[in-house]
Amino acid sequence: MPGETIRIIVPTGSLGAGALEEEIRYGLSKGAHAIATDAGSTDSGAAYLALGISKNNKGSVKRDLTILMRAGAEAGIPVVIGTSGQAGGDKNLDWTRDIVLEVARELGITPRIALLYSEQDKTTLKTLNGEGRITPLPPLGPLDDATIDACEHIVAAMGPEPYMAALEAGADIILGGRTTDTAVLACFALLHGAPAGPAWHAGKVAECGAQCTVYRDRGSGVLISISQDGFEVEPLTQNNRCDPKSVSAHMLYENSDPFRLTEPGGVLDVTDAVYTPIDDRTVKVTGSVWEPRPYTMKLEGAAASRYQTVMLIGIQDPEVMARVDEFHDKMLGALYHRVHSTIGEAAGDFHISLRMYGWNAVSGDKPPEGTPPPREIGVLFVATADSQEMASQIAKACNPYFFHFPLSMDKELPSYGFAFTPADIDRGPVYEFKLNHVVHVDDPMALVRTEWVDLRKVEAA
Amino acid sequence: MPTVNDVCHHVRSKNAGPYWVTFDLFFKDADGFAKYADSPALGPQLIERLFGADPALVKRFSVPSLKVVKISYARSSPQGGMVERDMHCGQQFVRLLDVELGAPVTA
Repeated sequence: MPGETIRIIVPTGSLGAGALEEEIRYGLSKGAHAIATDAGSTDSGAAYLALGISKNNKGSVKRDLTILMRAGAEAGIPVVIGTSGQAGGDKNLDWTRDIVLEVARELGITPRIALLYSEQDKTTLKTLNGEGRITPLPPLGPLDDATIDACEHIVAAMGPEPYMAALEAGADIILGGRTTDTAVLACFALLHGAPAGPAWHAGKVAECGAQCTVYRDRGSGVLISISQDGFEVEPLTQNNRCDPKSVSAHMLYENSDPFRLTEPGGVLDVTDAVYTPIDDRTVKVTGSVWEPRPYTMKLEGAAASRYQTVMLIGIQDPEVMARVDEFHDKMLGALYHRVHSTIGEAAGDFHISLRMYGWNAVSGDKPPEGTPPPREIGVLFVATADSQEMASQIAKACNPYFFHFPLSMDKELPSYGFAFTPADIDRGPVYEFKLNHVVHVDDPMALVRTEWVDLRKVEAA
Repeated sequence: MPTVNDVCHHVRSKNAGPYWVTFDLFFKDADGFAKYADSPALGPQLIERLFGADPALVKRFSVPSLKVVKISYARSSPQGGMVERDMHCGQQFVRLLDVELGAPVTA
């Protein structure tokens, strides 16, 4: 295939978001060589890595996998999935593997499946850290062992090399752990001799599927075609189109630098990229540059910290509405006082916040003087403590005050609109990402474990 | 004095990974972009004042082909932490809308 144009179907921005059969058919009719998509990101927070769960439900992931696996099997082309199960930890990957096995049984197909695990053992990481191979990215500082120990799961974001090795070894389906979105889409082209600049840039442009098109609500995916002098991108749905602006603007998305993107083993530089329409649906991109660098993998670690219990009320009382800030401050003071006087020292280093939805919940800032009152607000009570039991106790101590706190004491006690019984909801630990570091490795495969499930052999046995 | 909202047709904010937030300011026209893309009012001090960010960790880019100014900063509290109010940082752009851009910048 070297020297030829490599065509990759990117069916959706994320596995489970809704692949479309007619789009896949169109991609196959154009001679696609592979189907590739990622299946997650860090965007929705650390809980998915910490808990090893998917954000998408099983049904929608299974639905997409059924479409992609059937197409892959019929056309004889590989299906490549990165960052399986939202976070790409081992549990996330195994969850996705089980769905793939279920779909294979239902379709009656026997693919060779490569599983690329990139979850990291804490002892190994501490050794690497001791050797000075782990360095921080701003805004974090050097890594310590306690931070490694605090994490539930730690993954290293893979580059394309483990995928290229699995493709070379004959994988029909690859399920990757945590991987850069770009690498998942670029790997097939890189294996088959495409130049690195266009291959990586095509991967970046297509990472969110139809997000790089003009009408993002028309269809789900795009086709990227990578050749020696650049790449082309077109929507998989006929009545949609790409234009130079829609394609170039995607470099801005969820990226702190619009021109340079650091990846394992190099930096993609698109400063001098040229975007040219070649028909009314397709854009050609030339001038993308890949600058090789020493190999690094980004580490992501998720930790559970303290625990929260929440309560919710709605308020329409016009007197409260006219004095929301005063009400907030008085009630918050009363709640802290209540916890101090009833639980005391045992509450530990607790925290309470009141979030006034409809007023300033998102920013927490005081609105400018003279801001007209809303018709109603929702007040979310959030107690944070060192244990779930204590967070719950704090909420229970605050319960009567939260639901009946008067703006002024000279009237009968109000009852605000509360939505649930029981009124307090334990929401479990607060999950945070703890790492923003890279690990320097000599071999892109050093921190990756590849396992195989060959259904041909299972079938024959 | 024009505000960001006056000269831009679209302003957005989003996570750029768990530790960074990024803004894209899409200017309405080439004239406004030429006049205000380099405005000192959009400098690191603005981001420090509005978001408590370390000004040394504020990045700013002009993308003339798209008439876009991009500003990125490192978060001061972790994504999803105890006091999180905007998990994707999708609403952080609102604070930028009323920022006054000052006098036009001349080359």
